[in-house]
Amino acid sequence: MRFRADIQENEVTPRGLWERRREFLQTSLRVTAAAGLMTTPFKVLAGLNATSNPDFRPEDAPTPRDKVISYNNFYEFGTGKEDPSERAGSLKTRPWMVVVDGEVNQPKTFDIDQLLKLAPLEERIYRMRCVEAWSMVIPWVGFPLSILLRQVDPRGNAKFVEFETLKDPDQMSGQRRNVLDWPYREGLRIDEAMNPLALLAVGLYGDVLPNQNGAPVRIVVPWKYGFKSAKSIVRIRLVEKMPVTSWMQAGPEEYGFYANVNPEVDHPRWSQARERRIGDFLKRPTLPFNGYGEQVASLYAGMDLRRNF
Amino acid sequence: MSEYLKRLSEPTIVWLKGVIFVLALGPLAKLLVFGYQDHLGANPIEKVLRNTGFWTLTFLTLTMAVTPLRQISQRVWIGRFRRMLGLFAFFYAVLHFSTYLVLDQFFDWPSILKDIAKRPYITVGFTAFLVMIPLAFTSTDAMLRRLGGKRWRALHRLVYLITAAGVVHFWWLVKKDIIEPLIFALLLVLSLAVRKFHSQRSGARE
Repeated sequence: MRFRADIQENEVTPRGLWERRREFLQTSLRVTAAAGLMTTPFKVLAGLNATSNPDFRPEDAPTPRDKVISYNNFYEFGTGKEDPSERAGSLKTRPWMVVVDGEVNQPKTFDIDQLLKLAPLEERIYRMRCVEAWSMVIPWVGFPLSILLRQVDPRGNAKFVEFETLKDPDQMSGQRRNVLDWPYREGLRIDEAMNPLALLAVGLYGDVLPNQNGAPVRIVVPWKYGFKSAKSIVRIRLVEKMPVTSWMQAGPEEYGFYANVNPEVDHPRWSQARERRIGDFLKRPTLPFNGYGEQVASLYAGMDLRRNF
Repeated sequence: MSEYLKRLSEPTIVWLKGVIFVLALGPLAKLLVFGYQDHLGANPIEKVLRNTGFWTLTFLTLTMAVTPLRQISQRVWIGRFRRMLGLFAFFYAVLHFSTYLVLDQFFDWPSILKDIAKRPYITVGFTAFLVMIPLAFTSTDAMLRRLGGKRWRALHRLVYLITAAGVVHFWWLVKKDIIEPLIFALLLVLSLAVRKFHSQRSGARE
């Protein structure tokens, strides 16, 4: 074997360093890692500064972002699943105000940018189950709704929370037809709204909410059918009596106030026992309370969930 | 009545049938191409179900429109296309039902039987499909001869029931936006109205 002497002498690694090469490599790696940690103390996500909440990382694989933002029920922009992503560009999310009032001692109007700073933002990965029997797994960014509600100091007679979506047919083309009675109204019992699971969401997949997902602010109530998670909220009102929601009004036999995910209570026209997880081929069994029974079942102790559907 | 296109030559009719045949395969071709390109959206099975259902109803509507169009225009040759349109309705109905059976339910027979029994919109849809089968089978000239004109016509009048059941099936599955089923319903009513009006005027049996 002949060596080709095309390496210069000054390129050769000094013998001392070569003999301590393993130590050298380990030190280099540690320094790099330390430098990395100092500049990114938390998982900094693209648009929003949110920390991942380890309590809300289910085993379910998150639904790919492109599907989350292109398959939506948001009748304000049309009743087709692809209508919102095609048409929601007309929604103006600034300026945006959220009025929080009703049976409270300190009613407030929040600018959206105030809301974004109200509490540390968390990333929570929640299952979302539509009443139509399909579902997704979505990494939301937001903070517990209870934090917002405590800001306004609800009175003793505040038993329910009502949510109202924007009504503006100029921005929301689907509102030019009365498919639903606009504005979209939803509601929760006060204890449901105060439950740690109930989220005030301002983003998904680390970035601000796309318009079609309910920008700039919405609620997410993962143990209930998706229609309960009102989008593009402009008003939150604490009230004494159970509100009549838009879907209750549209189909009182089919859509109730509670709308807890329940495989044993069928929709009058289709079964709720199974669901299609978007991205899966086969259907899967639906879980009571969408799998959040441990956190919320106690809210309904003693209630007949067939009557209170 | 003008004499424009009063008669079409046989080769023209054959050619037109060919054109309609190719066009009628369009929706299926589109589904296959989009499916291959993964352009069927986030819920492809639901998209295919909706699409094949829509075309079943569309071809049923077109089939039911043939006779009224023939009557109004007084162009007999229009009737020559009715069988092909009807068979394409059956074709898309088979695709629709197969999609439900294979892709949606994946041969889960207990679940399917439960669906048919308990879900009114599926009961109605399944019934409509079942009734289409004898009509498809007796669509040939040979079968027409075997049954005889009177019996054949009686059997094929079931297409009114089938189309109506299809409209109801669609209406009952939609959550709130009934505009599409409503349009199909109106077209069905329109085609029935024209037939009624025409048969009353001319006293002809239909």
